[in-house]
Amino acid sequence: MFAIKTEKLTKRYKDKTVVKDLDLSVKEGEMYALLGVNGAGKSTTIKMLSCLIRPTSGDATIHSNSILTDSTKVKQIISVSPQETSVAPNLTVRENLEFIAGIFGFDKKSAKKKTQQIIAEFDMQEIENSRAKTLSGGWQRRLSIAMALISEPKVLFLDEPTLGLDVLARRELWKTIAKLKGKITIILTTHYLEEAEALSDRIGIMAKGVLKAQGTADELKELAKTDNFEDAFVRIAGDEVSV
Amino acid sequence: MRTLVFASRNVKEIVRDVFTLIFGILFPLVLLVLLSAINRSIPKEAGMALFDIENLIPGISVFGLSFISLFTATLVSKDRCTSFILRLFTSPLKSSQYIAGYTLPLIPMAIVQSVVCYIAAFLFGLEWSWNVLLAVVVNIPAAVFYIATGLLFGSILNDKAVGGVCGALLTNLSAWLSGTWFDLKLVGGMFEKIADILPFVHAVDAGRFALMGEYSKVLPELLWVIGYAVVLTIVAIAVFSYKMKQDK
Repeated sequence: MFAIKTEKLTKRYKDKTVVKDLDLSVKEGEMYALLGVNGAGKSTTIKMLSCLIRPTSGDATIHSNSILTDSTKVKQIISVSPQETSVAPNLTVRENLEFIAGIFGFDKKSAKKKTQQIIAEFDMQEIENSRAKTLSGGWQRRLSIAMALISEPKVLFLDEPTLGLDVLARRELWKTIAKLKGKITIILTTHYLEEAEALSDRIGIMAKGVLKAQGTADELKELAKTDNFEDAFVRIAGDEVSV
Repeated sequence: MRTLVFASRNVKEIVRDVFTLIFGILFPLVLLVLLSAINRSIPKEAGMALFDIENLIPGISVFGLSFISLFTATLVSKDRCTSFILRLFTSPLKSSQYIAGYTLPLIPMAIVQSVVCYIAAFLFGLEWSWNVLLAVVVNIPAAVFYIATGLLFGSILNDKAVGGVCGALLTNLSAWLSGTWFDLKLVGGMFEKIADILPFVHAVDAGRFALMGEYSKVLPELLWVIGYAVVLTIVAIAVFSYKMKQDK
């Protein structure tokens, strides 16, 4: 079964088409990386799929719920971990998690139980009573992802999850993300090609609002006739390969 | 339930900020101490009653409320300017729940702030009567006005600009045009006319009349403030809702 299916999804701002006729299918439990240079249309695609903006034309379904007509249901089963760290700075780690559980409709008891579980899963026991603003960038990002997961979403959008982190913090976060594989459907946008290659089941490459190619990292390298994924990305995104 | 959860988060964000304590409580109290000290130095023969505690405390409490604008605006603006708002937008929270969650917890906070000011005033000679409670209640429309102003500016400005507009401009307007520090009639002219059009002096006078037990004079003053509060609330909700759509 497909977790996400888009049909001719398009977004235009006045004369500029940001995403054009996007046809995309992501299977349940799959980790799908969306790659592209700045302005390729990745963030707009995520915003449409997470019901933040309405498409100009076309539609998409998340677990068979239309983003146009069933946005309330869609919001109940998705979660977004935005590009920048997005935590409530004066709340503790525990309070941040309980807060998100609360606005997703968990009662107090369930919110506390779920928070305890997430704290254990993300190894955050040491910092659970620290205010979010006092945490390092890596911990804040980890908390941000934990907050996205506490509502038990079926689909998780991870927008540039490791942007700005040092290499150690990034590798730590990779481990956290890798543990989620197969459990829920994840759409990952990133500029780090090695991140997409290491973590994803399939990769889609967008350029100028169009999905140029998709497949496994090996399939994309084969398509671009190169052994190196970065070269494959450059060739596909740079229109050097006809797809 | 969701509104309460969001409101609770907002209360924690505000009260855990050290500036809330400094500007919301300490600063008005410091002014109360200073102006009361000045008042003690003024000879009775001078006939200057402006800084008598019955005249002073309604002004101080309204001035203190002006910082509620700063707290509201800073919170809304910081959420807007970070991706925290994106997380909220993708949650099942509805527009009405955002607005209620941002504004409703500030009303009890404003009441607590006024109560603290009046309790402090007892130390400077204010005598207890039920009129004190009425004076606190009379501050509520002014609190709504300041909260709506905060929501409005928080919706359109970034957190630095909010500091300038709500933290400096609005608090100064509240101070100079409220008749707390000097009698507006002494300045007269255009200054007095402008002050009379704005709600600040009416909010302070409503509190003074309530405290003095001149009940018939309270409502006419309060209507000015209620009018501003209603209009500002409608405008703030419209602008906030519009900006919510735009910021996505």
